[in-house]
Amino acid sequence: MSGPLLRVDALDAFHGQLQALRGVSFELAAGEALAVIGANGAGKTTLFRAIAGLHRAAGGAVVFDGEPLGGLPAHRIVRRGIALVPEGRRIFPSLSVDENLRVAEDRHRRRGRGQSRRWSRERVYQLFPDLREAAGRPGTRLSGGQQQMLAIGRALLCEPRLLLCDEVSLGLSPVVVRDLYRALGRIRGEGVTLVFVEQDVARGLAFSDHVVCLHRGTVRLAGRSPARSLEEVRRAYFG
Amino acid sequence: MELVQTLVNGVLLGGLYGLIGLGLSINFGIMRLVHLAHGELVVLGAYFLVVGLVPLGLPPLVAAAVVVPAMFVVGWALQRFIIQRALGRGVLPPLIVTFGLSMVMQNALLLWMTADARTLHTPLASAGAPLGGITVPLIRLVDFGVGLSCLAALLVLLGRTALGRALRATSDDPETARTMGIDTARMFAVAGGIAAALGGVAGMLLAATSTFYPSTGSEVLLIAFEVVVVGGLGSITGTFVGGILLAVAQLLGARFLGPSYALVAGHMVFLLVLLFRPQGLMPRTAPG
Repeated sequence: MSGPLLRVDALDAFHGQLQALRGVSFELAAGEALAVIGANGAGKTTLFRAIAGLHRAAGGAVVFDGEPLGGLPAHRIVRRGIALVPEGRRIFPSLSVDENLRVAEDRHRRRGRGQSRRWSRERVYQLFPDLREAAGRPGTRLSGGQQQMLAIGRALLCEPRLLLCDEVSLGLSPVVVRDLYRALGRIRGEGVTLVFVEQDVARGLAFSDHVVCLHRGTVRLAGRSPARSLEEVRRAYFG
Repeated sequence: MELVQTLVNGVLLGGLYGLIGLGLSINFGIMRLVHLAHGELVVLGAYFLVVGLVPLGLPPLVAAAVVVPAMFVVGWALQRFIIQRALGRGVLPPLIVTFGLSMVMQNALLLWMTADARTLHTPLASAGAPLGGITVPLIRLVDFGVGLSCLAALLVLLGRTALGRALRATSDDPETARTMGIDTARMFAVAGGIAAALGGVAGMLLAATSTFYPSTGSEVLLIAFEVVVVGGLGSITGTFVGGILLAVAQLLGARFLGPSYALVAGHMVFLLVLLFRPQGLMPRTAPG
């Protein structure tokens, strides 16, 4: 495979009159991790939603594995191999923990093109033992950290090559955050490419290969994470 | 004994009322759609059976095997090609569209079927089984049995199958369901088909239980509405229980206040529930 797995090219997006993304561009090779950093309203969530097909971009392109995704509906994009862990986790409230996983597994059990499945509920339960104990409980009865695990597990069962994680650690305790990043590390070990939002700039830099700082919908700073200093990123963060 | 007889009649008729409500409940529970043409779909099922199939000499079960899938297709197509276009644009467009559908269907039936009263002539209609001093009307026993079976089938479908999980996920959060790979428009069409198929079953029972006209759909819709609200929005078990409560109230009213009080007694229960328990008897929590 030559060329980047994900290429975002001059992406524009609007919320009504308000422009949320202005010519956002970046590339990411397969297997790498990209941290998206920026203040509230910088356009991080809109960027993720545009890639996942939930928000129609006004201009520019998202190219995944060499194929443009322009205009594809979200349920088709996830079949191409892009799964979203949404802001706020969005656990299905009337489904149990196990059913939240199954609803994803049901859709992706049969894969075309001779691809084999990498994830199963069993593997998700191995990754997040807390979920196994809570399997029969309603998904919304879980703690915030467990809901985040469930949202990640559910996304993995969509068999992603690219995982988009919006707000990995928002509102979670340091211990839970550490566990979540440990799990994300293992997920990366499976060859899953990762794009994630992290408010903790130091953690975001430490866990990623590349970093993109968004400020009011534009890319303020981009580059390889190790080459960027905390100070630089913080300046970009606040504009 | 008369009280017991009335209660038994009411509970059994409640099976049909509950079934009438189930279709509306599915529409509301999954699409958040108040389907104002649901009554006409029920009546359409009744006409299909009485005018379309019975004259061909088909036995009732065979006829049912035709009506149910045919109504599924009707409901699926209405949702896919008409109602879907009105969803996601606010509260009013779906109401106007389904109201329009209701008018069109009612008048089409009037045009083609005339305003004549129809009913399904079946020996069951007047048969009764004596049981310890009361008589169990067989047709209402069938109403109840079929209604309960439909409820059970629906609970299994929604609670235990992949399709059911996808329908519930779609109902919970359509946007997140899409990111899981669920084609929500397709799920809505399937739900519309299921609701119409249930309406078809209700229509066949209605044809066997009472007379009907092209305008009966409005009465059916009113029953469906009250049943769903009494039962608790979005809960299908609640809908069924609501059907029983409403039917019992109607028959008690008719028996003890006079036949013309049947509907009033039903509306009273509806109002009392709205007053004291506006969330309904069994508000939506988990599946079912």
